[in-house]
Amino acid sequence: MNALDTRKTSAMLYLDGVHVSFDGFHAINNLSMTIAPGEMRAIIGPNGAGKTTMMDIITGKTRPDSGDVLFDGVTDLTRLDETQIAELGIGRKFQKPTVFESQTVEDNLLLALNVDHRVRSTLFWQDSRADADRIDQVLEIIRLTGARRRLAGNLSHGQKQWLEIGMLLAQDPKLLLVDEPVAGMTDVETHQTAELLKTINRDKTVVVVEHDMTFIRELGVRVTCLHEGSVLAEGTIDQVSANERVIDVYLGR
Amino acid sequence: MPHILTRSLDRRATIFLAIVATVGVLLPLSNLLLPDTSMLHVPTYLMTLFGKYVCYAVLALSIDLIWGYCGILSLGHGAFFALGGYAMGMYLMRQIGTRGVYADPVLPDFMVFLNWKSLPWYWQGFDMFWFAALMVVLVPGLLAFCFGWLAFRSRVTGVYLSIITQAMTYALLLGFFRNDFGFGGNNGLTDFKDILGFNVQAEGTRAALFALSCLALAISFLICRAVVGSKLGKVLIAIRDAESRTRFLGYRVESYKLFVFTLSACIAGIAGALYVPQVGIINPGEFAPGNSIEAVIWVAVGGRGTLIGAALGAVAVNYAKTVFTSGVLAPYWLFMLGALFVLVTLLLPKGIVGTWNAWRDARQATSLSEDARSAAFEDGAVKPHMAE
Ligand SMILES: Nc1ncnc2c1ncn2[C@@H]1O[C@H](COP(=O)(O)OP(=O)(O)O)[C@@H](O)[C@H]1O
Ligand SMILES: [Mg+2]
Repeated sequence: MNALDTRKTSAMLYLDGVHVSFDGFHAINNLSMTIAPGEMRAIIGPNGAGKTTMMDIITGKTRPDSGDVLFDGVTDLTRLDETQIAELGIGRKFQKPTVFESQTVEDNLLLALNVDHRVRSTLFWQDSRADADRIDQVLEIIRLTGARRRLAGNLSHGQKQWLEIGMLLAQDPKLLLVDEPVAGMTDVETHQTAELLKTINRDKTVVVVEHDMTFIRELGVRVTCLHEGSVLAEGTIDQVSANERVIDVYLGR
Repeated sequence: MPHILTRSLDRRATIFLAIVATVGVLLPLSNLLLPDTSMLHVPTYLMTLFGKYVCYAVLALSIDLIWGYCGILSLGHGAFFALGGYAMGMYLMRQIGTRGVYADPVLPDFMVFLNWKSLPWYWQGFDMFWFAALMVVLVPGLLAFCFGWLAFRSRVTGVYLSIITQAMTYALLLGFFRNDFGFGGNNGLTDFKDILGFNVQAEGTRAALFALSCLALAISFLICRAVVGSKLGKVLIAIRDAESRTRFLGYRVESYKLFVFTLSACIAGIAGALYVPQVGIINPGEFAPGNSIEAVIWVAVGGRGTLIGAALGAVAVNYAKTVFTSGVLAPYWLFMLGALFVLVTLLLPKGIVGTWNAWRDARQATSLSEDARSAAFEDGAVKPHMAE
């Protein structure tokens, strides 16, 4: 390692000994995890295991009581707020699809674009070819070109999930956190979403939380199973689903 | 700059501006040029009354900008209106000079009465119109900036924010009531003589003030339209609908709120400044929490998030108030206002203009999609849409 390199880790995302409690309830308990640059990681675990809370910690919504959370080897995420973390290049899709319902599909993407977000530049923003092209490109990818002028609130549940993934793409982050992307989707849509995430993973690091085991299998990536706020097992899908404790707490016999 | 203007002027906005301009020109002309006997003559008292409504419409616009588009429900906007009014009132007081009861060339009557020997520092400069005009915008803007900086940074939202805005206007009410505060106490500022050398009572001055109020309405409307029509306007709506989502996209929400809240307070200040010379008095009653709540009701009735609705709501509700409070129903006006608010909230949650717009848009959308379908059909381009 280079002597000038101040990086503590080569990981894209590094959690070590993280604790969070809500009124004495330990939602996250000594959680440690490492996500390598360019990796896609699937996170599974029973309801209440702390998967969403983990994303809240990474994105600055919840402050951990103790522990390290490092991004890109150097940045201590526990000191930053949501806006700063988003500007660093961490994007997030929420468990409950959250799009701007009273605005059009294309305006949702426009808002998500990775441009200067300060008040003045936003006030004097002008349409540009580059932005329009980027929006067209994302619309193509999420298959909503025909719905571009529809209000996001009028989309189907699956389309909203996709629009939110599209917003992530427009945001162009280095790390994507995707919380339950295929909840409420048909089998066909689920399959398409897996393909989409694999495409995205070609040049971005992705962490995806999901319950749907078929979907996880289709992704074919390393799996981490959380339980009661810490890592229960980690490995390939076959290793994890053969793990006795995972079967006990999550998969069932 | 031109593109901001063209982008903000759709058909409805153009019609609205045309009406404001027409009224702003024709009403004063009819008042000044037509003989009293003419059917079309607008008497001065009526013109002044409408001038008051127009100032209220500007205040309503400022509330709609933050409430309708950014979800900030200020129940203290009357304070910014009153501060603008006081700044103008201070200028008008200093114009009285030796014509006051005590004929002091510098001190307003109430200060002589309180045995003050010299003008307090915060009254300096108000003898100059340009300075007063600057303060009309600066004082409300600065208060809003400081208040907003504290509130938005601590993420005070919703009901809590509304409550502290009420507390703000109430605190100012109590302050301005005190004689030693230096703004005329209970009586406020009144007995104005002239403005820029023109007698405030003269018909010509009143006509000019009315025209200026309409101009202020038109300009405020254009500013608000430019803001809500820009990308910043989309961010405001995003904050209104899903604040935390907006943060996760990298927007500093508190800066956006601070910008729009401060701008809104400046507009409210201008409304107050035009109001005071027309009604001839400004007193602490203008800070009453009830005033701010009433102004929010105008916006709700007209339709929040429409701008035009806010302005029309202010005029309509105040016209109704004038009619009812001058008749036998006067004691019941507050009950009627309350009932109006409840009825609008239950039956027309989008307000009058909001409901009208929604209905028009829906009709247009159906006719558009029918046109598109028949056009596509003629092209032979219609294929049943396949789910992928
Ligand atoms: N803000 C909060 N306040 C109190 N308890 C919370 C909060 N957020 C999450 N929890 C609790 O923490 C646990 C983990 O929740 P969550 O991370 O949403 O689980 P998962 O996403 O794995 O289903 C749950 O028991 C939940 O009730
Ligand atoms: Mg969850």
